[in-house]
Amino acid sequence: MIKFILKKIGKLIGLLAAISILSFVLISYSPVDPVRSYIGAEIARISPEQQKNIEAYWGLDQSKPQQFLQWAKAVAQGNLGNSLIYRKPVSEIIIERFTASLALMGLAWLFSGVLGFFLGILGGMNEGSTLDRFIKTYCFILASTPAFWLGLLLLMFFASYLGWFPVGLASPAGILSEEVSFVDKINHLILPVLTLSIVGVAGIALHTREKLVEVLNSEFIRFARAKGESGMKLLWRHGLRNISLPAISLHFASFGELFGGAVLTEQVFSYPGLGQAVVKAGLGGDVPLLLGITLFSVVFIFFGNFMADLLYVAIDPRMKIKTVND
Amino acid sequence: MSSMEKTPLSETKEMQPLLKVRDFSLAFPQYENGFQETYIQVIRDFELSIYPGEIVAVVGSSGSGKSLLADSILGILPENAKTGGKIYFEGTRLTKRRQEQLRGNAISLIPQSVKALDPLMKTGKQVQSIVRDKKAKKRIQREAFQKLGLPANTDKKYPFELSGGMARRVLIATAMASEARLIIADEPTPGLDKKTLREILQNIKQLSENNRGIMFITHDIHAALKIADKIAVFYGGETLEIARKEDFSGDGENLRHPYTKALWRALPENDFKALKGNQPEAGRVPKGCVFEPRCPIATDFCKKNKPKSEIINNGMVRCFYA
Amino acid sequence: MTEAISKYWPLKRSGKRNRRKRALVFSGIAVALFLLLIASGFLIGQEGLRVNFDGAFSAPSLAHPFGTDWLGRDMFIRTVKGLALSFWVGLLAAFISAVIALLLSLLLLVNKTLDSLVTGLIDLFLAVPHIVSLILISFMLGGGLYGVVIAVALTHWPRLARLLRAEIMQIKNTEYIAVSRNLGKSWFWIAKHHILPHLIPQLAIGFILMFPHAILHEASITFLGFGLSSEQPAIGIILSEAMGYLSSGMWWLAVFPGLMLLLMVAVFDNLGRNLRKVFDPLKGQKQ
Repeated sequence: MIKFILKKIGKLIGLLAAISILSFVLISYSPVDPVRSYIGAEIARISPEQQKNIEAYWGLDQSKPQQFLQWAKAVAQGNLGNSLIYRKPVSEIIIERFTASLALMGLAWLFSGVLGFFLGILGGMNEGSTLDRFIKTYCFILASTPAFWLGLLLLMFFASYLGWFPVGLASPAGILSEEVSFVDKINHLILPVLTLSIVGVAGIALHTREKLVEVLNSEFIRFARAKGESGMKLLWRHGLRNISLPAISLHFASFGELFGGAVLTEQVFSYPGLGQAVVKAGLGGDVPLLLGITLFSVVFIFFGNFMADLLYVAIDPRMKIKTVND
Repeated sequence: MSSMEKTPLSETKEMQPLLKVRDFSLAFPQYENGFQETYIQVIRDFELSIYPGEIVAVVGSSGSGKSLLADSILGILPENAKTGGKIYFEGTRLTKRRQEQLRGNAISLIPQSVKALDPLMKTGKQVQSIVRDKKAKKRIQREAFQKLGLPANTDKKYPFELSGGMARRVLIATAMASEARLIIADEPTPGLDKKTLREILQNIKQLSENNRGIMFITHDIHAALKIADKIAVFYGGETLEIARKEDFSGDGENLRHPYTKALWRALPENDFKALKGNQPEAGRVPKGCVFEPRCPIATDFCKKNKPKSEIINNGMVRCFYA
Repeated sequence: MTEAISKYWPLKRSGKRNRRKRALVFSGIAVALFLLLIASGFLIGQEGLRVNFDGAFSAPSLAHPFGTDWLGRDMFIRTVKGLALSFWVGLLAAFISAVIALLLSLLLLVNKTLDSLVTGLIDLFLAVPHIVSLILISFMLGGGLYGVVIAVALTHWPRLARLLRAEIMQIKNTEYIAVSRNLGKSWFWIAKHHILPHLIPQLAIGFILMFPHAILHEASITFLGFGLSSEQPAIGIILSEAMGYLSSGMWWLAVFPGLMLLLMVAVFDNLGRNLRKVFDPLKGQKQ
């Protein structure tokens, strides 16, 4: 087990190093001038010398490899640099933003998982029925739905038309964050969570359905029926036991899509999470923040995949015994 | 032809049969050119009787639909299956409801594949699930394992930890642990080495000791002859002949149907001469006798007419020239 | 495939095949209808897009089935033009992506080092959230039409490449390849004569299935502001404009363009899945 974890951590470090290099190269070839985007519209009022000074301050006058080495050294020490648009350490912003995103993504992940699993079971149990076809069609349509459009629709209907929810922002404007009540926060969270949950259902539902159909057609279900087991007991003892582990594992492995959905959803609802920050960083040419969030998102996805693998190793008896013997 | 009396085999015996199948047929719907639904016949005119303590082998090559027989008797066919004819268990008609009550109880299955064991459940628990008496289930399972020569710790193992022979014995243990009076062994001996095969056959024989009836479905006529009392020859979805074990001797002169004779002669210790051609696919069965296209003694009459079953020399046969 | 399925498989198969063929015909018709709509997007003139402040913000009517925007431009024409643009961007990007996938997967034949480089690259791309890599690449290219096409093209190949690689691996180990090798044929010759023909179904279906994804991602990054510029008639632009009129009750600004985008994506996705089911039934079942 320890060997397994160490191996994974080694892989993560290699991955982060490779991605650092690659994204640094990508960003350094961008036509977006960081000084220009830092100063904004007032660039005309700044002399070329002052510009040079800023460049020197950021180390922009050095060669690209030198810049990278400097940045990489700092990152290795846990210093992701300072954000240009927020004028705060990147790590601070990531922590703050991720906390907000975590509430959104975590809830949506849970809801879509439970709902998707349930829908998948309903469909799989009634394979070929109208209900099954309805669920399948619903999932395929969902898979083609742009997350941001769904968010827009929900926002239009529930917030503007019915007026049940506020339009955007995780907390009311103009109020200090300490004063924002818990109810307020929940109020701003419901629609984004709903959007992200609906979008996330498709994958897990289709997977669960497929697996359940496969299991129900298996020899061991036939045998269990021949032994006189039937109904919910049969489904519980032999069906769910065999499909839940792969389903949970798949759901963990879908952190990438979750993150992508969160980026779009946060943009629509002006939800101050990590997704909104990465969009701002990209649009504003905030290189340190962009790089920081990229690395963080890699760790996030990696964690999901790691959990997916770990579940098998820790729970499935077939894997457990294999790793012990290895 | 018409002068011959049509007497079902079962009526020649006094005792009541455990299982009696008459004119059984099985069909599945098939969608051809678009929306039109037609049925594809997999089994027809099937008949068989099994008496307590008797082992009846149903022998047929693969693809003859014999595995579906097991599902039919247990009532675990796919929902779209359409059945006809009658199945009696201990003299009473088997209805869907009765099948539900009886399976795992009075009728037990030994499945073909070791995949029939749930991969994520310990074997002991899987065997115990067939025992209705909650308190005794552990003891009964242990006894069955012991009788079949399975090591004591086998019940704590997962199926993937067992060898093929052990997994097979676990499946047999399930039937042994049940209170079944009829056991359907659905091809329980595929791909076993000689020694394991002998042991497994012995185990199945053991099962019949408590006056249990066994329906032994197999493609291996050798294995069938080793333990069975009667052999039903299954071909293209029909029973062509039901013969006693003793009839399989010499040149096969006591056998009634040309197909059975051919099977017997195809064995290595006899002529080792295989019959040419293949059995008809389900849905492509000839109008007359099923065996006519491959039969060495077929006539035009066989092409057009279907032979009924008749009793000759204490065995059932379906041939005009038997 | 489980044994029980294989037992009933011959009985189920013909029915399934027929149903699948019928489904394929239906999705073919749907795609044809959509292509017609897209083609008309090129033929429609600019008249409907002329600024007309008198007719601004009118709700859907017979004259303007999708309503009009703040400049009085007809939303239906804008939507159709947007779909046409998305279609071409998606098509081009998916095509480039498929070519990348094919070329990289063929490196498996050249030597081990190159191949492990390719698998490393696949892992690398799959390790970053798709949307983040899209943002990074279009950031590097400074956005715009080319930026979007390249960003989408550079991020969609890994899964297809992985699929093709597995396929090539299988073909590579077959006997006739070994025979060709022994006859002294070069890997290039073998790839051309023995491997490419086998890859074509996978590649074509992979390409068709990639295409709707590419459209969706184009719209997404355009919506976020990294893609097409605001002068271009893109669905992503239309929808991000609609964000500004959310609380005004002008629902038609967002509903119809998004719905049409969804339809286009669904129609092509459906075609790809049905094609896969008919031409590759066993793999189609697993995925």
